[in-house]
Parts: sequence; structure tokens; C-alpha cells
Amino acid sequence: MDIKSGHTAHSKNGGGTILSHTTIPPEFLVQIDPQKCTQCKRCVVECSFGALQFEDKLIAINEKCSACQRCVTFCPQSAIAIIKNPQAFPEHATWTEKIQRDIWKQAETGAILLVGNGTNLPYPTLFDHMLIDACQVTRPSIDPLREPMELRTYIGKKPPKLQIKVEGPKQNGGFKLETPISPNIKLDAPIMFAAMSYGAVSLEVHKALASAAKNLGTLMNSGEGGLHKDLYPYGDNIIVQVASGRFGVHKEYLETAAGIEIKIGQGAKPGIGGHLPGEKVTAEIAETRMIPVGTDALSPAPHHDIYSIEDLSQLVYALKETTNYKKPVFVKIAAVHDVAAIASGIARAGADAIVIDGFRGGTGAAPQAIRDHLGIPIEVAIAAVDDRLRGEGIRSEVSLIASGGIRCSADVAKAIALGADAVAIGTAALIAMGCRVCGRCYTGLCPWGITTQKPELRWRLNVEQAAKRVTNLVRAWSRELEEILGALGMNSIESLKGNRERLRGFSLDHITLEVLGIKPIGK
Amino acid sequence: MINEEGKPIPGAEPIKAMEAMAPRYNGLGAGYAGYGIYPKYKDFYALHIMLNDKESKIAVEDFLKSNVNVEYDEPIPTKEVSGVQDSPIVWRYFVNPGPAGQSSDQALDPDDLIVDLVSRINSGFEGALVFSSGKNMGVFKAVGYPWDVAKFYRIDEYEAYLWLGHGRYPTNTPGWWGGSHPFNIIGWSVVHNGEISSYGTNKRYLEQWGYKCALLTDSEVFAYLFDLLVRRHGLPIEVACKVISPPLWKTIDRTHGDEGKLLQAIRMTYADALVSGPSSIIVAINGMKGILGLTDRLKLRPLVAARKSEMVYIASEECAIRSVCPNSDEAWTLKAGIPLIAKMEGGPS
Amino acid sequence: MRITAKGLSFRALNQLIRECVQKGAREIEIVEVNGQRYIGAGIDSHVIIVIQGTPGNDLGAFAQSPKIIVYGNAEDGVGNTMDNGEIFIHGNAGDIVGYSMRGGKIYIKGNAGYRVGIHMKEYRDHFPIIVIGGTARDFLGEYMAGGRIIVLGLNGSDEEIVGEYVGTGMHGGKIFVRGKVCEDQLGTGVGIRPMTNEDWAEIKGLLTEYCAVFKTSLTDVLENSYTKIVPTTYRPYEKTYILT
Repeated sequence: MDIKSGHTAHSKNGGGTILSHTTIPPEFLVQIDPQKCTQCKRCVVECSFGALQFEDKLIAINEKCSACQRCVTFCPQSAIAIIKNPQAFPEHATWTEKIQRDIWKQAETGAILLVGNGTNLPYPTLFDHMLIDACQVTRPSIDPLREPMELRTYIGKKPPKLQIKVEGPKQNGGFKLETPISPNIKLDAPIMFAAMSYGAVSLEVHKALASAAKNLGTLMNSGEGGLHKDLYPYGDNIIVQVASGRFGVHKEYLETAAGIEIKIGQGAKPGIGGHLPGEKVTAEIAETRMIPVGTDALSPAPHHDIYSIEDLSQLVYALKETTNYKKPVFVKIAAVHDVAAIASGIARAGADAIVIDGFRGGTGAAPQAIRDHLGIPIEVAIAAVDDRLRGEGIRSEVSLIASGGIRCSADVAKAIALGADAVAIGTAALIAMGCRVCGRCYTGLCPWGITTQKPELRWRLNVEQAAKRVTNLVRAWSRELEEILGALGMNSIESLKGNRERLRGFSLDHITLEVLGIKPIGK
Repeated sequence: MINEEGKPIPGAEPIKAMEAMAPRYNGLGAGYAGYGIYPKYKDFYALHIMLNDKESKIAVEDFLKSNVNVEYDEPIPTKEVSGVQDSPIVWRYFVNPGPAGQSSDQALDPDDLIVDLVSRINSGFEGALVFSSGKNMGVFKAVGYPWDVAKFYRIDEYEAYLWLGHGRYPTNTPGWWGGSHPFNIIGWSVVHNGEISSYGTNKRYLEQWGYKCALLTDSEVFAYLFDLLVRRHGLPIEVACKVISPPLWKTIDRTHGDEGKLLQAIRMTYADALVSGPSSIIVAINGMKGILGLTDRLKLRPLVAARKSEMVYIASEECAIRSVCPNSDEAWTLKAGIPLIAKMEGGPS
Repeated sequence: MRITAKGLSFRALNQLIRECVQKGAREIEIVEVNGQRYIGAGIDSHVIIVIQGTPGNDLGAFAQSPKIIVYGNAEDGVGNTMDNGEIFIHGNAGDIVGYSMRGGKIYIKGNAGYRVGIHMKEYRDHFPIIVIGGTARDFLGEYMAGGRIIVLGLNGSDEEIVGEYVGTGMHGGKIFVRGKVCEDQLGTGVGIRPMTNEDWAEIKGLLTEYCAVFKTSLTDVLENSYTKIVPTTYRPYEKTYILT
């Protein structure tokens, strides 16, 4: 159908117009101020989606614009504005613009809608309904600038109690530790980097995260795409992942790392496996993943050797046997309804830490229906799991790591108060590197050089600078955490862990308050 | 395990087989079922009941007396074991529905009466749980590892022609005495490895037929489903297996003639009884003196079998079988959704 | 060196094996094995481990280079994520043989179960091979990305040599079946293609060693028609997802 001329094409089988994707109005409009534009064509080069082209003059192909802000940022004249298409749609509360667009796309293709980043639906964020206590008069606060503040956290299995042998008064001060302690990993602050696979993100992102983790004394996670050889020197600051696709899993991979994580699920797509579209499977990725170039890497939904909880225990011990019990084994799950029971099973399965990814977790590619509608928020998941493990007397068996939409230092403090030992951040770290959350990660055309494998786009991310920015972010949050601890009258992060008493709920129904284990404000 | 000639198998055998699979359990439940253990009272329903305290016992016994004839009762013999804690009172009653339990104008099926009786006790008496209710058989279960539960119930002092054994690794439901396997209703006993993702649907279907799922554990639906499909609906046991673990539509569409029609009708009629989720089960069959093994249609849980002369074994791992039968005549793995049935020759169907 | 496994937990047995390997043992014989798991897990030296009995799950998981010979049946998870090395089973094996295998060889004299060779991968000289003498069940080579699976159907049972959903999601590698396979049995994105001379040469090469290990006649094995199953598209799920 030729929209502009107004003529309608008729199908050979009778009447009716033939609909095509060009009938869907674009979401964004690229507006170039002709007064300011010097036609330097910088924007044409910068736009990796092909939304800007030059033929005698600058042409915007609005359908391709993802509002990633690359052109806006790099236009030397600040001549570009990206605006939401003001095209008036008849407003409808049920049949919103977004719903209509989704239906058009599916009518076109019969396909599953694929999205990137974490969910964008306006579910309430429980962190924003919690307030932290502070000390006044009845309790002294501590000055965070001048007093020592301890954020160090050990991740791993702890014994329920210690056995001490009392020796003669002259030897070792008289006491000897008899209880063996399982391997633990020391973090200088309770903030780690979440798993993002090599493939979903570029090698440069992995290098930046590894370098930042080393500077900060924390950990990054290889994600399920295997570990590039260049990352091996950073092994002490890396957790390697064993996911259902088992990409890049071999003994050296396991031995190099500080710990091993079995990925059962992630918050953005509970119940299904990782997804790396063929567009992003380059020769380098194919080498690490050992699959043909250009094919989709669709990890199976389950591990095919884990179909019941005792099978998970089997894999945990297979990995421990392979690495001679020297590395802690983590298990990462998506937060789902019976997360507390699942976590109890995992704790009893021999795992040293459980990473719980709430439904707001990010992803490089996931079906929209799954991302937006499955799973539960991390706040209630951590509270429920912490309660269950304590109730069963097994809380010390595992460290709990919370992830899925941790946005700022206050979220970190609240997660720890709810019961987490530490948090893991994914999207926040990428935003520090330049991500604008445009959600087009699966195309492999990330203009910021983050979720791409194209050499000319990867080149845009300067590893050193990205590492510095991420390090800055975590340092800033750590300082803010210290301020919060000081206000709470604590100088060690352990005192905040599981300390529900220092949280209050604001406009939450009483069942949610009960699940979170916190009182309402005023009480 | 079953001895197809009905010869007794000493309790030490299932215990040994269970020990071989130690890594599969986490100590939050274990149990056994033995068939042929009460020859003296073989025509009576042997009710095994867990009771919280003396008050519950008195209340339940009053209830029993007004509904059935209690021929004999005694404590289930136990031994103190450190691995089995907080035990309730465990008692056994040998009963028959007498005229006291029947309405005057119709003679009700005694099996139905006992099923109803069990249901009323389990949902109506807070401190009591009937965990076995068949004739000449008994379930013995608790929270603990299989070897400790065996010591507790003195399993090695029994002989049976059919034994089931199970060690639990619970996930979604807590470990408690009632939640251990085997699950039983009259002569049906089930041990299960896996997860029932269709539990909510199966439970509500069974409720429509009068079964109450009181044991907080998804596996119990198997016992009630077999009782409903085979005993009450009269389906042959192989067909009941097709209800529970039916072929995929792709396969049914390719199946012609009567068989295809039957399969289609099964899936249409019994949609709510389809059990989804990785599962392998071993079932002692009511009224048949037989045993069956079955897996889900995708075979996501292991199940292997072996035969030596008249002994047939089914287990989650071959090593369990080998520990009591090092040289079988044949050994094989079960096929997805296809039951293995072993029974005594000439045993009533 | 000889180890008697009777009464040993898997942890104790595997610790003993590791100690023997460290002491430089070239061959370790383990007898009275029954159900101990993870035997040979992660071993990265060229040691020969001979097992008499029934090894438990995950035999040779994540193994790098040992040669493991079993006189008996194996359970589930043989060669789980194996990187290299050899596993020869003079008996049957259970489910998920060679899950995510990245290299090395697994030869089974008897039958294997479900999801054999699921998600096998290859890269250059990392080239895994699974050969099964008897039958294999559903989901053979599911999501295979490389390597070779051969199923021979030699034990004369009247069961189908392979089950259903063969190669579903396959996007690399090849499956050869000694006998007929119907289109109905195949999964998404795979097809039956005619054998070429290169295929015959490859099978002959792969089976020569297999036949030597199990003392089967290579001529008998080759004298039959083979079905070759390969991916028909390298992106079987390309149209499943639309980029929003």
C-alpha cells in the first residue's frame, strides 16, 4: 500500500488493503534543527541502527530510532532532539498504544516479541515503600567520615558454631580452632557484579568489569557464555557460571575462578534459558561457546541433568569433586512464588551461596511476555528466604545475594536489612559505562559498544575509562552505605544484615508487611 | 521389589537397597511399605495411625468404634533411634466395616467406607493421621534417613512378598511425618521421585470425587488418582497409566483405529488427571498383589528394573538393585510413559 | 594400583583416586563399585581407570583426559560436560550421556537412554564422539552444535534404534544411524540427507576403533545402510523471535 499517494493496493484474491509493517507509526522522531546543523554527518556515523542517513541532506528514518541518545550526545552543534512521536492515537485505557503496537507486530510475524533490559511495566517498587531508621538521642549515630566503617563481607558456607580446643597456656594464646571452615570469598564491600554473558555483552565490558572488580576487591561473573582467555589473569575476582548450555565449561575454566555458579534461572526470564541471537555469534563468540558462527545460542530451559532437587545436589558435588572442594559453589535462581522452599532445598544440596534474581532483573534478550509477567520482586524473595532458612536452622549454610533492579545505595542497604549478605548489580554497572537503557541489546547494534560484537562498535567502549566509571559508582555507593550505617549507629555491615527492625513500610498492606517482616511507619 | 511367587522377602533387603542410594536423600523423610506382613489378620483393614497425644488417641478410637468393628489393636513396635526425633504415638488397628458403619438401606462397598473413614479422620481430627489403610499390608514412615526409619520401625523383623522403599529430598513442601512416602489409600501405596507441576489441578479434580488432599505433599495425588481411576471407575491399570502419563498429541494423531480413539477420549475426559512434571513412581497395586513402575512422558527422572527368576526389582538407580541382586538375569531402563507391571501369577486382578 | 570400593562413600573413593593419580599411577583398577558417583570427575592426567561393577551418576564429569573403562552398566550422566578423554562402557548407559560434551570419546557397547549427546559442541580439534552399539531413546542429539553421534542397533532387539524428537534444535554436527529413521521421528530443523563418500570414510574411521574396543566385526557393522541426520537450517528458531 502506498500511504503517501493514497492509493490502495488490492490483493489478487479480492479486495482489502495489504497491511505491512510500514503502517505502524514510529515510536520516536529524530528532529534536527536546520539552523544549527552543519551537515558534518557525525550523527550518521554514530547511529548504529541506521536511523540517520545522508543523501544531499540529512534524512531521519524514524522507524529505526531507539532513542539511545548516541546522536544527541555526539552532535557538535547539539542540533538533535529525540522526541516521542506526538502522533495522536485515540487514547484508550485498555487498548493502549503499546498494546496496539505489540499486536501489530505479532500479526505481522507470528513471532514472540523479544526485548532487552529489565521490565518496564509500572509495578510498584517495594524498595520505594520502605524507609530506613536513624539514630536520635536514644541511640548515638556514628560519624562515617572520621570513624572506621566496615563493609567487608565473606561469601560462602559458615559453620553453625565453632569447636575450640583449649591447649596449654603457653601455646597459641591457649586456643586452637578445630572446626574446618569451608572456602569463602572476601568482598571489600557487599556489592558484586551480576552475571552478564560474553556474547550478550562485549569482551571490553567483561574486561572493564574484571578490572573494576579487582580494584574494588569484589567479584564479577562470567555469565553463561564462557570466559575469554584474556580474562584468566583476573580469575581471583571472577565467578564462572555453569548454565544449562554449559558454554565454555571445562576444568581450567573452573579452576581459574574464585568460585563457580550454577545458573538455574535469572529474574528477567524465570523458567527459560539464556538467549543470544545469531546476529551476535561472531567467530570469537563461536570459539568460546563452541557453536557454529551465526547460529542462535538458545540455552535450554532446564539443565538437562537437573530435573529434581536431588539432581542439583548431584551437580554441586560433581563440580566440587572436579575442583577438589576448593571453590565455593553458588546457585543462581529467579525469584518465583515458592522461592523460600527452593532456597531451603538448595541450601541442603551443598551450595555455598544462593543468588536470587528478582523479576526486575535485566537481560540482553528475553520474550516480553516472560520478562514482564513472571517472577516476584527481590524484596519479598529475600525476606521470605531469609525467614525460611532461619526457621529451619540452616541460614549459616549459605550466603544470600540479592539482585534484580538494585538502583542505588539505599536499595543495597534495604536489601541487606531484609536479609541479604550482599547484592549484585548488572544494569547499574552498564549504565555507568554509558548504557541508555534503550532496550535494543539483542540486535547487536549497541551504539555505546556494550551489548555488541561488531568490532567498529566495540571500539567505542574504552576499557580503562569504563572500568574507572564502574569503580567510581561502587565506591560512591560504598561511601553512601557508610553514611547510612553511621546514621544507624553501626560501624559494621553485619549489624544491618537481616535487621528488619530498622526498616519501616510506607503505604504497604499488612500482608506485604508480614511477608517482609517489617512494621509500618509510626509503629 | 516383588517376589512373583509370593515368597517372603526379609525386611533387611529393602533397607540394603535404600542404603546404596544415600546421596539422593537429605534426611527429611523416609518410609517403607510391606505387603503380606499381617497373615494373622489378612482379612482386616490394618489402619496405621499417627497420634499427637493421648487425647487424640481417645477421640479417634471413639470415632472408630462408632463406625467400624475393631478386631484388635496394638502399638506399632518401634525402637528408639537418635536419627528419628519427635515421634508421635504410632498405633495399628485391624478393622472391618461392620453393620455399625453401614446405612440400613444399602450395602456399601467396604473399600469406599474405609476410604471415607480415612478421609474423615485425616481432615477432621487435628491430632491424628491415618497413614496406611490396606489389608495385610502396612506403611511405615517418619522424618529421618531410610536406615534410621527402618531401625525405628524394626523393618528387619518383617517379611513381605512386596516391599516399597523411599528416601525423601523435599523441595516445595516441608518435611514432616505425614509428608514422607509411601502415600497410601487402602491397598494402594505410592513412592514418587519428582515434582507435580499440575498439583493444583489434580487436587481440585480429586476433591470433586470426594478425596481430600490433607498431607501437604503433591505426591499423594497419585494414590488417590489410581484409587479413583482403577477401583471406582473400573479402568484397567494400563489405561489408568495412560490417563496419568498419556502420549503427546503428535503421537496420538498418528495412532489409528481403536487405540487412537481411546487415547483421544482419555485425554479429553481425564484432562484434569494428567500429571505434569518430572516424575517416576512405583505403585503397589490394590487388590492385585502386583507392582508397577511408571515415568512421565519425557522420562525426566530415572527408573530402572531388573529380574532374577521370580524376583522383580524397580529402582531409581541400578546400584540399589545390584546391592541386593548382584547378578540379575536381565536389567533395563523403563520407557517414558510405558508402565512396567509385575505381579504374582494367579493373583486376583 | 587396585582399590576396593565396597563400603566407600563417593567422596572417600574419589579422594583415593586423586591420591593415586598424584602418586603417578598410570592404571588404577577399582573393584566392587556400586553407585559411587563422580568417578573420574575433573581428572586431567592420562591415567587409565578400570571399573568393575556399577559406577554411579556423572561418571567422568568435566573430565579432561583419563581413559575410563567400565565392565558393567553405567548410570546417568556419563561424560557430563566432558572436555577430553575416553570412556568405554562394556554394558548399558543411562540418560544424558555426554551432556554438553566438548571433546573426547564415549563408546557404549549396549543401549543408552534419553537425551544422549544433548548440546554437544565442537571447536577445531575439540571434537566429541559418541558411539552406541545398541539403541538410544528420545531426544537424541537435542540442540547439538557439533561432534558426531553414531547409533548402531547391533543388539538385535525389535525396538526402534532411535526414538522421537531426534536432533531437535540441532545446529551443528552430524548423527548417523545404522538403519532406517522415519521423518516423523525427527525434531525441528533437521533432515535426512544422503550419505556421501566423505561420510562413509568418516564413519569407517570412527568405527574402526570402536569395533576394536568391543571386538565387533567392522565389516559387519559397515555392511548396512546408514541414515545421516543433519541440521537443515543453522537457525532453527530464527523466525520464532521478533526484535521489537
